[in-house]
Amino acid sequence: MSQIVTPNGFTLDNSGRRVAIDPVTRIEGHLRIEVNVDANNVIRNAVSVGTMWRGLEPILQGRDPRDAWAFVQRICGVCTGVHALASVRAVEDALNIPIPKNANTIRNIMHLALFAHDHLVHFYHLHALDWVDVVSALSASPKATSELAQSISSWPKSSTGYFSDVQQKIKRLVGSGQLGPFRNGYWGHPAYKLPPEANLMAVAHYIEALDFQREIVKIQAVFGGKNPHPMWLVGGVPSAINVHGAGATGAINAERLNLVAKIADQTLDFISQVYIPDLLAIASFYKDWFKLGDGLASKNLMSYGEFPTLANDTSNASFMLPRGAILNGDLKQIHEVDLKDPNQVHEFVEHSWYRYPDDKAGLHPWDGKTDMEFRLGPKSRGGKDGTRIEEIDENDKYSYIKAPRWKGHAMEVGPLARMVIAYANGDKYVQELVDSTLKKLDLPLTALFSTLGRTAARGLEGLWAAEKLKEQVALLQSDIRAGNSSTANTEKWQPETWPSEAKGAGYCEAPRGALGHWLYIKGGKIDNYQCVVPTTWNASPRDPAGNIGAYEASLLGVPMADPKKPLEILRVIHSFDPCLACATHVIGPDGGLLTEAKIL
Amino acid sequence: MSEKHETFYDVICQRGVSRRDFLKFCAITATMLGLGPEGVATVAHAMETKPRIPVLWLHGLECTCCSESFLRSGHPMASEIITSMISLDYDDTIMAAAGDQAEEIIHDIMRDYRGAYILAVEGNIPLANDGMACIVAGRPFRHQFDEAAKHAKAIIAWGTCASSGCVQAAKPNPTRATPVHKLVSHVPVINVPGCPPIAEVMTGVLSYILTYDRLPELDNQLRPKMFYSQRVHDKCYRRAHFDAGQFVESWDDEGARQGWCLYKMGCRGPTTYNACASMGWNEGTSFPIKSGHGCIGCSEEGYFDRGPFYERLPDMQQWGIESNADKVAVAGAAALGGAIATQAVVTLTKRAMTGKRLKDSGQNNGNKVGDGTAEEGKP
Repeated sequence: MSQIVTPNGFTLDNSGRRVAIDPVTRIEGHLRIEVNVDANNVIRNAVSVGTMWRGLEPILQGRDPRDAWAFVQRICGVCTGVHALASVRAVEDALNIPIPKNANTIRNIMHLALFAHDHLVHFYHLHALDWVDVVSALSASPKATSELAQSISSWPKSSTGYFSDVQQKIKRLVGSGQLGPFRNGYWGHPAYKLPPEANLMAVAHYIEALDFQREIVKIQAVFGGKNPHPMWLVGGVPSAINVHGAGATGAINAERLNLVAKIADQTLDFISQVYIPDLLAIASFYKDWFKLGDGLASKNLMSYGEFPTLANDTSNASFMLPRGAILNGDLKQIHEVDLKDPNQVHEFVEHSWYRYPDDKAGLHPWDGKTDMEFRLGPKSRGGKDGTRIEEIDENDKYSYIKAPRWKGHAMEVGPLARMVIAYANGDKYVQELVDSTLKKLDLPLTALFSTLGRTAARGLEGLWAAEKLKEQVALLQSDIRAGNSSTANTEKWQPETWPSEAKGAGYCEAPRGALGHWLYIKGGKIDNYQCVVPTTWNASPRDPAGNIGAYEASLLGVPMADPKKPLEILRVIHSFDPCLACATHVIGPDGGLLTEAKIL
Repeated sequence: MSEKHETFYDVICQRGVSRRDFLKFCAITATMLGLGPEGVATVAHAMETKPRIPVLWLHGLECTCCSESFLRSGHPMASEIITSMISLDYDDTIMAAAGDQAEEIIHDIMRDYRGAYILAVEGNIPLANDGMACIVAGRPFRHQFDEAAKHAKAIIAWGTCASSGCVQAAKPNPTRATPVHKLVSHVPVINVPGCPPIAEVMTGVLSYILTYDRLPELDNQLRPKMFYSQRVHDKCYRRAHFDAGQFVESWDDEGARQGWCLYKMGCRGPTTYNACASMGWNEGTSFPIKSGHGCIGCSEEGYFDRGPFYERLPDMQQWGIESNADKVAVAGAAALGGAIATQAVVTLTKRAMTGKRLKDSGQNNGNKVGDGTAEEGKP
């Protein structure tokens, strides 16, 4: 190939200079990106390579389905709990176990707290350094920084003295020569555009957010005992409620609920007074990034729907964020998504390090099948005899990520997809949130389909989640006040009550997007377990038809100031909030046997 | 080594922290490490004189829950540690640099701080398929790990993945995921198990090393004794209900609402060595049992193969509910005698091993000998 046009409408040209970024850092897991740039250093071809594989599904075979949540929760410790939630839902679906209302509310509270936490940490600790030059903050005027901060927010920590202290802290760090996590950053890169004062403010909030984030997750600890990796339960939640009588200190009681309510208040304060103002301030200096990095965003978006307001009801009438798909950018039509329909979700492996009986055919997750087959294609460079891989051959197999497709289409999932689908579905609150934000930045709706559009949608969803979190906490309290303290349905706890065979599917919207688990239960044990996760959709390699996935598509057309310093690539890829441990463990029902590595 | 050795105290002073606040911080650290009043001066002295030690934090097959837990630490806070106590020069999860710029750091630290940096490893190393189930910088993670391990002062194996395997090493362990200590021979390894470990245990181990300039005393599974020498059951606030025979029999039953013992719901507290029940999670907010779910034993080797999690541990002895204080005292003395006897064997065994690290502690379940009352949960 020199130049080709993919069926989903992208022009790829791999004739120019090849650049590899490995490891891509400030993500979860291991990812490699390769691009070809033209004579003007504009990206013309992109290759997304998932470089780790853990094989959890064969490990699940033969286990007790009630235990599955604990295994799959260990798929990811960043978006902790999302796999556990999808798992208990899948088992409850298979065994037809309805959960009590309080259990639904508590799950919503835990999941909303995760959304708020995860989006906040992503913005400050995984993404901000793509936009914020830490070294530039040294030349800021603390007084001007204070004025800037006070002009955009009523957040109290904004005095000249405060910013002066933070600046001293950075000075010491830089002066010591031991920069720690800031070592070898791209400081001074021409793509950094913030004035020193905005940089100093953002660095101060980087530190504040690092300190504050640990508060948010205490909500998960109250109901789940710990975070990361709280405890879950098939049939409800493990934490019992007792607010009135003796022994209340051994259960969810008035003190516990007060703690949760207080943290929910603080979370909303921090997000509305720090995160959102910073997001807007930073974005206003990078408006060109509302045009770069579109990829699939303006074409195909999908959400499975999340936050049921009614327990055991997964219709759009119940969901706070609707399920649906948008195709070819047509916001007037939201397509129905049915994850159990064998003709909708398929996974392909022609370009993945797995083998199907027929690599050209896709398989529904319930019929998923995978044998690992690691090999480097004939045009790859390096990787022989233990040498470093210099270049991956994308015409052959090239990633541990499969290529999932919805009705044959490559889809983008995540906060942008959820916000746009809610917007298109007529959600007045989301429309107001999006419209008012775009108005402040003087941008059209189409600006959402971009690198910073993704980042902005995530921030707005963080704010949305913090508000819904407060509502759900209030709901739990009012239901308890009304005398409802049930948290678990144990009618079908014992395996003797189960049918000899059952199959189920459980979905959730994780912070990074649509997540599905499919399982078979036979004789009380897991017979087959399959996950298709958000980053599998977004970081997908090519499919047999040649359609490229969201990461690869979004990098096309992005100009680089200096290909040796891949700041622009980090911006685009980080806007998706990659989670590679999630994406690259996938394996089907008989995938236990491994072939030895063949390096061609 | 770098010429400029800035101490923790230098940094903290220049950040406008008063001497009084500094000593307060030292007191909290001393208390956390169980050092008593005289320990404050030791901590303060160390903080005043020791340079920031470079830390390379590598990620193998893992889920990043250890990093996330570390960031949750309340005392000291992660921001304090990263800016003032250590120099976290490489950590894929938070570092600004990527690709070549990131890899360059590892080489620079290995060159400039040979034998003087700490290697922290999150996750484990897959050996199947020539190690290609985890590729970093175009090579098997095994290569990056081997090189960094060679010249480290010490290696901290964060979490159960790095310590003993965790979920990807559960049967049939498709990638042959292998814990750190099995692949290292000349550098001391400290296992800090848990999925993840408790945040303050992680920062406690680090600050101990910095404060005393030595490694913590380890048990035969290479775990710091200060945090892993007692079972969750030993310090559980629901222990009295176990002794009284008051058990949760079904989820959300009256016993659950009263906070009774979760033993019958499969709790692994009796066979799990960790500090959850005493230190709590998320700055003491809770721990699994306090939130109504049994311990699943996430800090124990092979815990995923010791299920099902909701099946109770067999043959646990407990005080009958009809016992009076005298009977309990007599029974207690007898049980204690047995426990002391078995504990003595363990102590002797451990003493024999003092000073040398067990090459493969995974084969040795010496700690289980001391259980006295507990059997393995495997049906």
